[in-house]
Amino acid sequence: MKKIAYKNLDLLYKEIAGAQELYLPVKVAKATNFKKYEDGVEVDIKSLQTVKSAKDLFFPQSEDMMEFKTSGKNIEIIDARKTPAPFVLFGVRGCDLKSFEILDRVFLAEPVDTMYKAKREAVTVVTLACNNPESSCFCKVFGVDASNPKGDVQATIVGDEMFFEPLTEKGRALLDSLKCLEDGDATAVEGEKKAIAEKIDALPFVNLDLSEFKGENLMKLFDRPEWEDLSKACLGCGTCTFVCPTCQCFDIRDFQTNAGVKRFRCWDSCMYSEFTKMAAENPRKNQMQRYRQRFMHKLCYFPSNNDGEYGCVGCGRCVKKCPQSLNIVKVIKKLGGKNND
Amino acid sequence: MQRIETAMIEKAKALLSSGEVTRVLGWKKGELGYDVEPCVFKSEESLKDFCYNVFCGANLSKYLVEESKKEGKILVFLKPCDSYSFNQLIKEHRINKENVYTVGVECQGKVDPYKLKENGIEMVDSAVETVDTVTVKGKEFKKEEIILGKCLTCTKKPLSYDDIISFNEKREPVLDRFETVKKLEAMTADERYAFWKDQLSNCIRCNACRNVCPACTCTKCVFDNDNSGIASKANSDSFEEKLFHIIRAFHVAGRCTDCGECSRVCPQHIPLHLLNRKFISDIDRLYGEYQAGEDTDSKGPLTNYTTGDVDPSDVFGGNN
Amino acid sequence: MTNEALIPVIGVITDIRKDTPDVKTFRVVTPDGKKAFEHMPGQCAMLSIPGIGEAMFSITSSPTNTEFMEFSIKKCGCVTSWLHACEVGQQVTIRGPYGNGFPVTKDFKGKNLLFIAGGIGLAPLRSVINYVRANRADYGTVDIVYGSRSMDDLVDFKEIEEEWKNEKDFNVYLTIDRPQEGWNGHVGFVPAYVKEVNIPTDRTAVLCGPPIMIKFTLQALLELGFEKTQVFTTLEFRMKCGIGKCGRCNVGDKYICKDGPVFRMDQLEELPSEY
Repeated sequence: MKKIAYKNLDLLYKEIAGAQELYLPVKVAKATNFKKYEDGVEVDIKSLQTVKSAKDLFFPQSEDMMEFKTSGKNIEIIDARKTPAPFVLFGVRGCDLKSFEILDRVFLAEPVDTMYKAKREAVTVVTLACNNPESSCFCKVFGVDASNPKGDVQATIVGDEMFFEPLTEKGRALLDSLKCLEDGDATAVEGEKKAIAEKIDALPFVNLDLSEFKGENLMKLFDRPEWEDLSKACLGCGTCTFVCPTCQCFDIRDFQTNAGVKRFRCWDSCMYSEFTKMAAENPRKNQMQRYRQRFMHKLCYFPSNNDGEYGCVGCGRCVKKCPQSLNIVKVIKKLGGKNND
Repeated sequence: MQRIETAMIEKAKALLSSGEVTRVLGWKKGELGYDVEPCVFKSEESLKDFCYNVFCGANLSKYLVEESKKEGKILVFLKPCDSYSFNQLIKEHRINKENVYTVGVECQGKVDPYKLKENGIEMVDSAVETVDTVTVKGKEFKKEEIILGKCLTCTKKPLSYDDIISFNEKREPVLDRFETVKKLEAMTADERYAFWKDQLSNCIRCNACRNVCPACTCTKCVFDNDNSGIASKANSDSFEEKLFHIIRAFHVAGRCTDCGECSRVCPQHIPLHLLNRKFISDIDRLYGEYQAGEDTDSKGPLTNYTTGDVDPSDVFGGNN
Repeated sequence: MTNEALIPVIGVITDIRKDTPDVKTFRVVTPDGKKAFEHMPGQCAMLSIPGIGEAMFSITSSPTNTEFMEFSIKKCGCVTSWLHACEVGQQVTIRGPYGNGFPVTKDFKGKNLLFIAGGIGLAPLRSVINYVRANRADYGTVDIVYGSRSMDDLVDFKEIEEEWKNEKDFNVYLTIDRPQEGWNGHVGFVPAYVKEVNIPTDRTAVLCGPPIMIKFTLQALLELGFEKTQVFTTLEFRMKCGIGKCGRCNVGDKYICKDGPVFRMDQLEELPSEY
């Protein structure tokens, strides 16, 4: 177990960033998101949750895949993929760490997504325990232990110190390379973990019932009339999709420049009206159908194909960020089972 | 506020049971107190979830674009700011007034859940409101500490409705709504560019601002239209995210009622309303003070040419 | 970096055949004259023109054709319109093969087959039909019922008349929607024709065409005594990645690009009807 005084964290960041790129929660204007550490940035490690999740580091909002040069009838394809250098991702909460597992199931399934894989292999993840979970958090429902997320290195703030426990080869290598850390006592961390676990158990959504979301109930859930009321206020904006750590729908688009054409992929949302539109027709014409698709995918279709693993990690971002206060908790409470109020 | 909520529910029940309306558009309770959700109530029984309190910041008027197309009348409760959007939508022939029964309700400012969180309060069971204060979880706050940005500068007055619940004397706005615009205008071009670059670099193109905006009712937005030449989904180019907001501000200029929803819904807290307020301030200077949505029939300055119209360069000078 | 499924290779269009007023068949090979990849009947490929877009098309030629791949494409959107306007020699990008293809080595082997198609729906079935012809001994009798709006909208007409009709134990039934001068064949919609022809129910059936044709033809087959487990179809859906990751073609717990587009009718009953 290692540790550093909280007030000296800047030294730690500088030391890590001296050897490889460091990404951590940074405040720009009024929002905190994972950004690269540079001199002068305002690190916001105490803030419980970033607006966007950490998925941006492996599955960026927009990513160039290839370029085309055309001359007459001929086309030349230029591979635009970049090989990432090793980097450290610092301050990942339990919910976001779990989301990596879910994204892995999609992107690392055959055929493997090489762009995603390269980034996943290049990263060393330093997770951070959640000293004060919010009432919008319900990660425990999905099997996440926010008191002990277990990345390559597990960090915990206790009082005015931050403790570090290496859990993998990569984590050990990172900690061994740092001179600014001192030895720390594990017992302080144990105490904090217990305190956090108690806070988690007192959260309002800790006992959500998911029992109805079984593969065999697929058609029954699909036909439930409650979807109409649940989706009524939905604006179809896509905010939930973009802040969600596990949403992975993407679009592939071409961008014309004077020098040629760039083909990139970018985040997309199944909530958008054009998502399934074909030349012939659009199978999901109204917002209720699109709203239902998103939640059925997360709670029923995805687990059906992935050994019961749900497509939600209980981070609560949708609870906080939806402009009209719709969210997955309201869906679970309505359809998830008898024990939901 | 409690009496007002009760009066609203009674009014809704009465109109539903008399058959004068078939639906009621209001807000319903959420799970954590602050997550109030716009809702269409179809029966008297469903009104048990109805609520009207300091968390009802959402502007309901845009939902009427779809709802007023349906058969039967719908009752809608309009706060003063919502009423301007409503009138503007009538003017643009987006809402079929025949199918809407409007009831005006007073508003003394709505709470910003983010500001509550900054003060250590997240989940609330109830809030006690007076004209100047809100008390949650035993802690009393002055309104100006925790209300939404749009409420701090609110100059909206009650307009005309089919019916009214109550309109008591309104609080004065705490800040001049053009104060920040003036600050930005006083900056050098480089300073202003740096400000917006910082702010807009956070934009995630979630489209919440566009989808909540009552002035944005195009059934196919240019940004969703592959044939428009500017269709885009994400910021494949770092210049693009700035273009989106500036283009949208131009598209709604002259029709924006300054309802402030755009900034309320932005997940990254970008003060988008400042772009729209800059246009409002410019339009005021060029064509005289104008508030969109104050009535349902006057012509707006940007859609109405008169021979007395100034040339913008005469007012702003040179290459502005 | 290792090969990335989303990055295509170059193909070149070496032949363009106009089939009907709005359907053209494009022949695609690599610049050094070979097939871009091997495939099974019913599989699809993503074709694109840089700057215009990328779309999924079923490969209409049989894999037993070792020289080239063919795509029969109807003009109805951006990419298809651009293709219709291009000339021989135009390069495109191509990647694939995608989809599960038809079960030619499993459910179809040794069976009597019934192919029912409407309009451009013949394109994917042609890959199976020609595969069957090339492996004739492995399959029983083949009945083909094919209908289109008019005589001019029958795709692959020459091949049907000159080759399929002359194949051993092949019965070809053509129909058009309305009477037309110069047409001496059957007139009427496909579902009704299927009932008229009264094909024995020991066939394994494959349907492809507009959704409404599929709906009524399935009804007709069920009335004749076919079981849903005997009827296959291939679905159309908006696709982007083709490899089951981008989420666009997700219906129920299936990805139409990966788990489909070929489905048995009873499998479709377990999916929400969003296709």
